[in-house]
Amino acid sequence: MAHSAQPVNLRPVATWPGTCAALGVALLVLGTLAAVTLRAEGGAGFGAADQSALRFTLVQAVLSALISVGLAIPVARALARRRFPGRRVLITLLGAPFILPVIVAILGLLAVFGRSGWVSDALGLVGLPPVQIYGLHGVVIAHVFFNLPLATRLILQGWQEIPAERFRLAAQLDAGPGAMWRLLELPMLRQVVPGAAAVIFAICLSSFAVALTLGGGPRATTLELAIYQAFHFDFDLGRAAMLSSVQLVLTVAAALLALRVSLGDGLGAGLDRAVARWDGAGARAWLSDGLWIALAALFLMLPLLAVLVAGVPGLASLPGSVWSAAWVSIQIASLSTALLLLVALPLSASIAMGRKRLGEVAGILGLAASPLVIGTGLFVMVYPFVDPFVLALPVTAVVNMVMALPFALRILVPRMRQVLRQNARLAVALDMRGRAVWQRVLLPRCRAQIGFAAGLTAALSLGDLGVIALFADPEVATLPLQVYRLMGAYRMEAAQGAALLLFVLSMGVFWLLDRGGRYHAET
Amino acid sequence: MLKLEGADIRKGTFRLEADLEIAGGARVAVIGPSGAGKSTLLEAVAGFQPLAAGRILWQGRDLAPLGPGKRPVAMLFQDGNLFPHLSVRQNVGLGVDANRRLTATERAQVDASIARVGLQGLEDRKPAELSGGQQSRAALARVLVQGRELLLLDEPFAALGPALKAEMLDLVRDITTESDLTMLMVSHDPQDARRIADQVVLVAEGTARPPEPTVQLLDNPPAALRSYLGDN
Repeated sequence: MAHSAQPVNLRPVATWPGTCAALGVALLVLGTLAAVTLRAEGGAGFGAADQSALRFTLVQAVLSALISVGLAIPVARALARRRFPGRRVLITLLGAPFILPVIVAILGLLAVFGRSGWVSDALGLVGLPPVQIYGLHGVVIAHVFFNLPLATRLILQGWQEIPAERFRLAAQLDAGPGAMWRLLELPMLRQVVPGAAAVIFAICLSSFAVALTLGGGPRATTLELAIYQAFHFDFDLGRAAMLSSVQLVLTVAAALLALRVSLGDGLGAGLDRAVARWDGAGARAWLSDGLWIALAALFLMLPLLAVLVAGVPGLASLPGSVWSAAWVSIQIASLSTALLLLVALPLSASIAMGRKRLGEVAGILGLAASPLVIGTGLFVMVYPFVDPFVLALPVTAVVNMVMALPFALRILVPRMRQVLRQNARLAVALDMRGRAVWQRVLLPRCRAQIGFAAGLTAALSLGDLGVIALFADPEVATLPLQVYRLMGAYRMEAAQGAALLLFVLSMGVFWLLDRGGRYHAET
Repeated sequence: MLKLEGADIRKGTFRLEADLEIAGGARVAVIGPSGAGKSTLLEAVAGFQPLAAGRILWQGRDLAPLGPGKRPVAMLFQDGNLFPHLSVRQNVGLGVDANRRLTATERAQVDASIARVGLQGLEDRKPAELSGGQQSRAALARVLVQGRELLLLDEPFAALGPALKAEMLDLVRDITTESDLTMLMVSHDPQDARRIADQVVLVAEGTARPPEPTVQLLDNPPAALRSYLGDN
């Protein structure tokens, strides 16, 4: 009785700041789109090149989603039923690609799978031709590298959520692998897999940096890349706007689909618990599980190892441009993180206090927003008044904030909800208001989650290679852009050194903020 | 005097009616079967639960326009009475004013009330570093500095053992006497009522009945109370 008597509408802080934050984000995303559309001088038809970009975008996203999820099922199953030293570390590492700068991963993948990479060298020893990484399969390999861990975490979560009693019951009934699959695993997968695939599909639709580096050419251009090319090389705003609209329809549809079949985010903790199971005891099951885990670990760790190995020689002689780019990146990441907290904190509180609509709107906009569409829109809006290049850095920070927002909300909202459920009544009874509630209750109680969200945002922003490519003049670059430019100039040693620096910076800033949030924080 | 005038509380299909008066300075136990609406009655007085009809008056003043933090009410809940990340001193200090820094006089007042409930020396501890009984004492210290005239207890001592609970009830009795508080206390245990309450409000069958003297009611329970108390 005492608990069902919990009143629903206790609001110790105002909801309007959250509403304003959501409106601001909506205005930015939709306003920039409108600006692009208005500026587009009509009549830009959907040409053959555009059709092929659309086709490529869909094909690579479908393949990336299917392959990631297909591989993740056996890996997650192996991780769910085996305990071995290093299991925790491996599961933690599965979270790393999320904050790994794309350009760093690309350099790692090139060092492993590239023409003169480790795999090609090994093939050369037995007289086989080197592998080719540019084009569709390169783009898909990179996407699988990023999304296999995400899919594995999501599916592993599904496995962990099968109640232990059911496994006990199945073991007691002497259920063989077939029966176990039919009774427990298949029903779970049927629930979890569509959601995981939809999320990955949505993520891969707006792929820009991967397509920029590993794709390109008429046969491997995504819509995002096509927008960039229309804008950057041809300054064809009409075409950029038309492509932007197509991209937006696509991503909104995919985001709606992903939310419809949505599920946990794989960011959560508790995945390092091994369920007690009595199946999979045979030597064959043991061998196949071991093989899947080893393959997945190799696929994820070799490129990272390659970044380290290849990067060290270049580190000593990094050009000054790399250091100044690193400084620019740090400034952008700081601004972006500050903006994120300014928006996400009131917004998450409002959502937790029952404004669920706000959460949906922010989630869809965040997932559907294309950095390049926002960038193009802002460019069009400011172009008549100021030199857009002056605004390159703040615009990048704002866009990075919007991109990180859905993830930050997923981290903050559940905790905010919990803290309010536990403390709102007492705060209201004590007549505690606004600022005091934030200072004395919400901020201290959510510190760990705020640190996590801030770390994630800072790392994402540091590693982002997107809108900055549109805006930057040759004088200014962020660190990822500088790495890309060094690659383009075939200065591979410097590029690899800079990539290592970027890698260390992103992981370091994430670690610092995440740790700082959890340091001495009470649960 | 606390007066409930044709008060009608609704929650979904649940409904509770109350038409009763409680004298100032009285200590009243609210008893009845679970689910009858004992907590709901207290929440209505505290302002967490709106009335569908009727009025609740304190000293002749209608409480309806006042939010929970503005009513002359200090309430202790079953759990969550302390913020876990704040020290005892900070938690008690919120009772003086939750929205600003305290003056030196007010801080001295906080320390005095912490000493009054027997927690001197533990001012800087966090709730997790206190025993269950000490946590209850800290919450009562805050009631003292809040200076509200009505004290509502929604089974805050339910998780304590019998000896400790008796100790807390004695402390509550002393505090209410010293500060001249009017108290309403939800309880499952008729012994609690006998220990500190002069009067009992029986909540059963959708109605909160007017208070009756404790001993009289418990010794000669009406049918609704008898089925709750059982044969013994």
